[in-house]
Formats: sequence, structure tokens, C-alpha cells
Amino acid sequence: MRDIATSDRRDTATDDRVDLDWRPALARSVMFRHDRVRGADLLLLPERVVVLRGAAGSIVKLCDGERDVAAIVAELARRHPDAPVDAEVPAFLRQLRAEGWLR
Amino acid sequence: MSEAFGVHGAQGGPDAAARPTSPPPPPEPPWALLAELTHGCPLRCAYCSNPVKLIGRSVELTGDEWCEVLRQAAELGVVQTHLSGGEPLLRRDLPRIVATADEAGIHTQLVTSGVGLHEARLAELVDAGLRSVQLSVQHADPARADLIAGARATGAKERAARLVREAGLPLGLNAVLHRANLDALDALVELGLAWGADRIELANTQFYGWAMENRAALLPDPDQVARARLTLERWRVRLAGRMELVWVAPDYVDATAKPCMGGWGAVSLTVAPDGSVLPCPAAAELLGDDAPNVRDHRLDWIWRESPAFTRYRGEDWMREPCRSCELRAVDFGGCRCQAYALTGDAARTDPACHRSPDHDLVRALVDAARGPAPEDHPGFAYREGGT
Repeated sequence: MRDIATSDRRDTATDDRVDLDWRPALARSVMFRHDRVRGADLLLLPERVVVLRGAAGSIVKLCDGERDVAAIVAELARRHPDAPVDAEVPAFLRQLRAEGWLR
Repeated sequence: MSEAFGVHGAQGGPDAAARPTSPPPPPEPPWALLAELTHGCPLRCAYCSNPVKLIGRSVELTGDEWCEVLRQAAELGVVQTHLSGGEPLLRRDLPRIVATADEAGIHTQLVTSGVGLHEARLAELVDAGLRSVQLSVQHADPARADLIAGARATGAKERAARLVREAGLPLGLNAVLHRANLDALDALVELGLAWGADRIELANTQFYGWAMENRAALLPDPDQVARARLTLERWRVRLAGRMELVWVAPDYVDATAKPCMGGWGAVSLTVAPDGSVLPCPAAAELLGDDAPNVRDHRLDWIWRESPAFTRYRGEDWMREPCRSCELRAVDFGGCRCQAYALTGDAARTDPACHRSPDHDLVRALVDAARGPAPEDHPGFAYREGGT
């Protein structure tokens, strides 16, 4: 089991940009589900469970292959006007893509 | 098997010495369930970790019973199931079992030899909600694969891999490693690339069940393992981001106790074909008649309270050298089933650990191990028959 949260900044990439017209969607092998027993959002993979902490689940839920990154950021900024959405969300999405969980 | 599910649970438990009389807190819910649907199998792999005496088909759980197990598992917190065996495709009611798991919110992976995975069969399973397939491979060279598997199966495996890819499901390969294939990792990885695998699990043989009968023929020497590790590292660099290569360590050779199952009754559970519930797929022998059964008890009681699951949960059971060892939070004392198999006492430190007082047992076996197996006569004993 792995935990992941939007505040995790393990990324060492120097390029902080994400294509704003990228329309993130879950990778083929990844299933999103809410776990009622633990009260947590999860990503289920063939050999792994990822626990989405904090706002991570609500961000992943917006990755439907329709919305682009700009739209996801805009939606989250509307919901959380005081949060540093601009700074954190694109980096988080990039991290999930690097893991192979988003495409 | 031992790196079961790659689910690494956070284990912590209270300090036993500080709370000598209080009852143990309820355990965290399990994440995964290994469903051994049958012990029947068309292959007779030399490294098979199922028991020497297999469970007969006549005492297997019915489809209704499996569906009830999976519903109870979901309520308990299980989110992943590995439908395994034996060969799970021998169960005609497999699609129904998959559908029930999926409806209960459990991610399903089929763990198969590939024998019997025809196009219509796979389509049925995908319709039922199957999410992923793990296919066993024995060697990239068909003749040598046959010698390891005790059966001819490469053609069926290649077809199965193609069908899984065409169905759009993720494909994992599992190759159990030993003297007769550790020097052929390049070809195994190339096979995985050719077959379109997303992941290859390179799992050094763990010595349980039938594999124990073949231990001398399977156990590599440290040089052979070291060569394989170098090969693995080269491929990991080349395939970074393209294919995941998982290495399940050879605990005898490494002299290191594995964090077996992420701890006893900590992360996952196994249901054997006859409904007995085990903290580890190899625990049938250790538990004997003490193994609880889904025909007698509900799964939540089995997980939370049964003596079989509480016996080695946490750290209270540990003796020295585990009890004061800083590694106990990393390896949980190693494998109880291995301690039992090698010393007759399941509460001893896993003899694979170099700190174990019984480590000489393992050291002597590794010292006696000799390089690659002769290619055309690896010297394996096979199970009788096949299914």
C-alpha cells in the first residue's frame, strides 16, 4: 500500500510545466474507488493499492479524459478559493503520470 | 507468492511489554484475498509451492460458497483478489465468481498458466469484470519450459498473452527463478517485451510444498544469483517507465528474512480450495486442523479473532533474537511457515535470517548449491498425473 497526497513533493524534475491541454484519464490498469470500510479514496492496480490522501481523491475524480488540466485547475480553484491549486495540482498530476497511473 | 500483491501494509502494533494485560487492539482490515479456487492444474511445475498433498476437487467450495466468501471479504475491507490455484480456469463457474467480486467492489486478477484461456472464455471473464491477468512462464525456450513445467504449455501461454492484450487488459508475467532459468533472464525479459507484458515478476523460488521436494535441484548458488541481479539491473535501466520488473529475493542465498505477507494476519489472507482460511498460502501444514474454515465461521471472525490469525500477529509471539532486533518492524521475524518447515517450531526466527540461531541449516544448503542446472536434465521430481 502506498499513500499519496497533493502535498508530496518528491518530484525532482526541473520542468514544472504540464501541458495545459493534456486531458488526464486513469491508465488502463488503474481503477478508482471509494473504500467505505476505511473511508478513503483508492487507486487499485493489479498488484498495488494506492491510498489517496487529502484532496488527492477529489482531483483524480476530475481526471475523466474530457477536462484538460486548465479546466481541472479552474474547477478546483472554484471549490477551494484559498488553496494553492495553481501551484500544486499540475505538479500532482505530473507525478501521477510519472507513476503510470494517469495517461 | 511472498511479495503478495505488492501491498506493503503499515504495521506498527503497540509495544507488548508496555501493555502486558490489555487485549490486543482490533487488527486493520485486510487489503487482499488470494482465492485458491482449485488445486487441480494441467502443469506439474517443479517449483510448485502448493502442498505435496493437494486438496481434492470433490471437497472444493461451491460457486455459491465462493461468492459468499467474496461478499464477506468486501465487507471486511478486501479491495483486491487474486483468483488463483492450481489453475482457476478449471472452474467452470469462474465468470460468476469474478462478477460477484466485481459487484462487491473488489479488483480481480486472474493468476493462470494460460492453459484453457481461449478467446470465448476470456471474453466471458472480461464481461464479468475481470481487470487483469497474471500469466506464469517457466523459460523462454519451449523445450526447457516443458521440463520445468512437467507439461507442454508454451503455445497456450503465447496465445493467452495475445488474447489478454487484444482484450485490453494489463498483462503481468510471473517467472519463478531457480538453477534452471536464472541464467536465462535476458530471454525471459525479451519474451515479456515480445508478448506485450506490462510487468514481469521475477520471483526466486520460495521453498514450500512441492518445491521443497526439489530443493537441491532448484537452489542456485550465490554466483548464479549475482549474475542474474546484474542482468536485472541492466534491464531496469533500459526499460525504466516501459515495463516494471519486480524481483522477489532468494531468501536462502541472501541470508535475509523476507517480510512474509507483510506480517502474519496483517495485510492479506488466503482461502484454500476447501474453504480453509490461511494467513499465508503456505500455512496449511503449520496450522493443520487449527485452520479456520469459511464453512464454519464468518470471515470477519476468522480475521479478527481466530486463534490461527492472532497467533503470530504483531510482535508478542517473538523470542530472541527477533524480540530486541531493530529489523522486526521491517521483516516481522520472517516467515512462520519457513521456521516451522525447517525447525519444527513456527515461533522461532526464520532460519533464512543470518541472525537466526538456526541459520546454519540454510547456510549448509547454500554452501552445497552448485551453479546452473544441466540444461537437458535439470533433475526435477514431478507430481503424479496432472488434471
